[in-house]
Amino acid sequence: MSEIGLLRAAAVTLFIAVGGFFLAVGTIGLLRLPDVYNRLHATSKATTLGAASMFLAGFLYYGPGGPGLTSLVGIVFLFLTAPTGGHLISRAAHRMGVPFFGDAAWPFEDDSE
Amino acid sequence: MSDPAFLEIAVNAGLVLSSGLALLAGYRVVRGPTTPDRVVALDTIGTNVVAIAVLFALASGFGPFILVSLVLAIIGFISTVAVADYVTQGDIIE
Repeated sequence: MSEIGLLRAAAVTLFIAVGGFFLAVGTIGLLRLPDVYNRLHATSKATTLGAASMFLAGFLYYGPGGPGLTSLVGIVFLFLTAPTGGHLISRAAHRMGVPFFGDAAWPFEDDSE
Repeated sequence: MSDPAFLEIAVNAGLVLSSGLALLAGYRVVRGPTTPDRVVALDTIGTNVVAIAVLFALASGFGPFILVSLVLAIIGFISTVAVADYVTQGDIIE
């Protein structure tokens, strides 16, 4: 492998630390929050941000070409698919009749979409 | 590898952290009260494994291994969509 500079190594370390932090926040939210809809907030936002930060560390490590370009494609793909998957799971839970935690309610009970 | 020592320490620590988080998310897969809970937990495990693949590409120095993480992300999204369709409609392709 090619020698990477000290500053670039420090930036890669920073992005790995940020990614690990957000992955930890998302997984703890998945374990601790009381409801499917609340757990979706933790996983579809914080965990996606953590994985995107890991991809960004890979982009900084490999530079703009080859594996680095694959990392950028991975970031775009994660940001496109994570909200879609979260929305689909949330709609499936609503159709299955999973109740809310506490006294929350849907704003319009008529349209089931 | 001619990387600085702290980068290897950070990559290994990230690998250990991501693996532990994937194991912790397995608790929600087993315990989760409803089926969407389990789907969300499996999605979280998938995202953690994507991070593990990226970190392994950094640790091993083999660049094209990042493609593995991209393919894992695609498989995770497709499986999420398929399960979300399956639990509501009973079939996936009608």
